[in-house]
Amino acid sequence: MASLDYTRPLTASGNLRRRRVVDRLMRGAATAAALAAVVILGLMVFAIAQRGGSQLSVAFLTQNPPEQLYAAGGGIANAIIGSALMVALATIIALPIGVLIAIYLTEFATARAAGPIRLALDLLYGMPTIVIAIFILGLLVVGHGQTGFYASLALAIIMLPLIARTTGESLALVPKELRDASHALGISRWRTTVGITIPSALGGIVTGTILAVARVAGETAPMLLLASVFDNTKTSFNIFGQALPNIPYEIFNLAESGGTVNVAKAWGAAFVLVVFVLIANFVARALHHRSTRMMTGR
Amino acid sequence: MLLGLAAGASILAVAIIGLIIYEIVNSASPAISKYGLGFFGHQTWNNYTVFGAATLIFGTVVTSAGALLIAAPLGIAIGLYLSLFSARRTAAIIGPLVEMLAAVPSVIIGLWGIIVLGPFLRSTIEPWLHDALGFIPLFGTPSATGSGVFTAIIVLGIMALPIIAAITRDLFLTVPSELKDGALALGATRWEMVRGVVLSSMRPGIASACILGVSRALGEAIAALQVIGSVFQISSNLFAPGNTLGATIAIQANADNSKLQVASLFYLALVLLAIELLVNLAAQAIVRHYRVPSASGPTIVAAGAPN
Repeated sequence: MASLDYTRPLTASGNLRRRRVVDRLMRGAATAAALAAVVILGLMVFAIAQRGGSQLSVAFLTQNPPEQLYAAGGGIANAIIGSALMVALATIIALPIGVLIAIYLTEFATARAAGPIRLALDLLYGMPTIVIAIFILGLLVVGHGQTGFYASLALAIIMLPLIARTTGESLALVPKELRDASHALGISRWRTTVGITIPSALGGIVTGTILAVARVAGETAPMLLLASVFDNTKTSFNIFGQALPNIPYEIFNLAESGGTVNVAKAWGAAFVLVVFVLIANFVARALHHRSTRMMTGR
Repeated sequence: MLLGLAAGASILAVAIIGLIIYEIVNSASPAISKYGLGFFGHQTWNNYTVFGAATLIFGTVVTSAGALLIAAPLGIAIGLYLSLFSARRTAAIIGPLVEMLAAVPSVIIGLWGIIVLGPFLRSTIEPWLHDALGFIPLFGTPSATGSGVFTAIIVLGIMALPIIAAITRDLFLTVPSELKDGALALGATRWEMVRGVVLSSMRPGIASACILGVSRALGEAIAALQVIGSVFQISSNLFAPGNTLGATIAIQANADNSKLQVASLFYLALVLLAIELLVNLAAQAIVRHYRVPSASGPTIVAAGAPN
């Protein structure tokens, strides 16, 4: 080892310089990866805004598709109505069940009972939507035909673990002192849950529901199997009697049928769906921030 | 009363899983008894008479593996960037943007894939890869239409990316600051700290994040259907069209088809279900075995991820 030269300033040399170069390279690569993801999102949003935005008009939102498949004009009004009806029915089914599951898990269940239920929720959460769709097809559609209700059932199964999870998380955030205070006043457990715990966790429940709605509004696999045979020139409200036109299937079908006019309409429908999903996510995020701040006092 | 209702709802969740498995096995039974395990080795899928799953399992495995190969390094790098390298304010902007990517419905990613991405890959990336690396059979003749296995890999990779990024970010945020500061105090550069402390201690969590990401790619039906070309074949050429389990179910499952065809589609669904259950249980086992801090993903992203 060479003798130390105490007059030399402390600067990086040799090995240290190499280590610093490696450090800078790796950090640069990580930054580049993050930028890449943002660029991909940007490209996608740009394509949707550019190609779909130009399709947007009052007629596009208020008229039904034209009689001929490849004709210009018309809109997606019946698909918007059908999607809204099916998602609303799915929410009516999944919301109470999901909240009840979360209540059971956080307020009542023993560790042994909670295990299988949590596992079931995780498995449902990871279940491909196409599997859920073909399950409903085999259970209900074969021999009976499609209805909007069957599609709603599939959407409800997809929503269930999402709502149960977000509700469970916000119930867990409710301070123990609140429950203890209620118990100390002699209030029974279920009234504490209904009157104290759930109202305190309401923000989280609403957030979870909005996210679940945003998620299933774009679900295409169940629609392809369970709500794809209908007269697309008409608006239908008969959710228990027939399949309803819907936005995801409309996008899929227009894109697959090809032709400039149809693909342009597919972009228009995609624009409507993306705007809805992004607004819903934005609202959910804002609510989430507000309610966690209120709960944790930060 | 409330307890009864809550317990009932919970039992319902368990029952739904059971019913799904029962219904799919039951509806697949005609195909199971006709083809048995030979179903997995048989390559022909003729829409009316003969059904074999080999090409579909091949396509599913190749597209998912390719998607993981792209999404894992990028996703982990984004996780590192958001949790350790970036300023907090930058992370507060880029993080939600990455999560937004997970919220875009798959049918729209597929539309973008077939109209924008596919033609771009066909006219630039594929010929370039073919010219540079054409001696490897993977990079054969560029596709004719822009749809094919390669396009599907990119699209599924884009879908798995935000999941891996968000989960690993939350994972890296849980590394105790004593450990990180200790490494830095010993003179390690930030990357050395990441490699020595963060990555090595979080390996099981990273693995389960990747598993959850690939599980999304495995189960995706619509986007794959839109971009893969739907040809029943096994080709070494990545640019050639192919097919996957989910895509075939999505386009062919129709109550009006022949009984054997419907049963064969349920058999495919059974394969997909088995793969997904295995994959998810593996991720859970890793989490439980190593006590990884919550690798199930943040609520916001988790809920925003269409499958």
